[in-house]
Amino acid sequence: MHETALAQGLIEVISQEAEKRHAKPIRAKISCGQLNIVNDEVLSFAFEAATQGTRCEGMKLQIEHKALQAECLACNQTFAVDLAGVRCPSCGAENFRLLPDAPLLLEEIEFEEGVDDGEG
Amino acid sequence: MAKVDIGKKILSANETYALRNRELLARHKRPCFNIISSPGSGKTTILVRTISDLADRVRIGVIEGDIQTDIDAERIRATKAPAVQINTEGACHLSAAQVNHALDKLPLERLDIVFIENVGNLVCPSAFELGENGKVVVLSVAEGDDKPVKYPAIFAKSKVLLVNKIDLLAGGAQVDFDLDRVRADARRLNKGIEIFPVSAKTGEGMQNWYDWLTDQIH
Repeated sequence: MHETALAQGLIEVISQEAEKRHAKPIRAKISCGQLNIVNDEVLSFAFEAATQGTRCEGMKLQIEHKALQAECLACNQTFAVDLAGVRCPSCGAENFRLLPDAPLLLEEIEFEEGVDDGEG
Repeated sequence: MAKVDIGKKILSANETYALRNRELLARHKRPCFNIISSPGSGKTTILVRTISDLADRVRIGVIEGDIQTDIDAERIRATKAPAVQINTEGACHLSAAQVNHALDKLPLERLDIVFIENVGNLVCPSAFELGENGKVVVLSVAEGDDKPVKYPAIFAKSKVLLVNKIDLLAGGAQVDFDLDRVRADARRLNKGIEIFPVSAKTGEGMQNWYDWLTDQIH
């Protein structure tokens, strides 16, 4: 349920951007890595609930998951890792090093065209 | 205006506080460890034993995170170590802002190590940096040996894995737990992880943990 905290963080950042532009946000795209452990359904629900009564109410949320990358220590190939059962797809070795996970990022916001939300 | 590229971190507010905590701890040269596990794995018992066994050498302060009650902080204070209780009122993890306020209440100048005992939860706390120098994950043998595979994030991010309650493995048959499997699965996710099998109840294996811990003091 840390998705509630993520939803609140997300609304804060979107609200700041909307305020700067005096525009109404209607859609946001975020991306996250595997180690952020984000469940789409839970985050979407938390976001919907937390946006009630804010300038983000009614926004659509698009969530993109970025694969965790690993470097094979046997053949040096970089590959997308599935943590449930990992081996290098090139050489089959189980000896690898995880590369840094993608951060939780607000990638883009779509604002309503030509409308000033009057709150800025 | 339509689509606008933003590229901002969603948890930047938390990260700002985490950075402040890191700077504060670095200024005092106090190593700080964030202890994470499921409820009931023995985090507080490990801390109580560690504080007592190292009492004449290492001064430890603790920030306790729980949904409610100050039972854990009281257990720490019974050892004479300073403890600050945070009640998250339902939240499943500690935030860096909460830890920031708690650090203000600890006598940092009179401590050697600060522990943050996170809310009992193997998932959510791993996503929130608190400004610590490292995470310590505790897994008790009664929880089963499949946890590193089922909850990989926390094992991938931790500096130390304490496998607790190994006294339950003695004499056989009380608990099925393959320590070698846990070692292999955790190391596959995290080459550098230090793994110490311990029993906070009997004291078995605790010396290895103490040796590692005292090496972290500047």
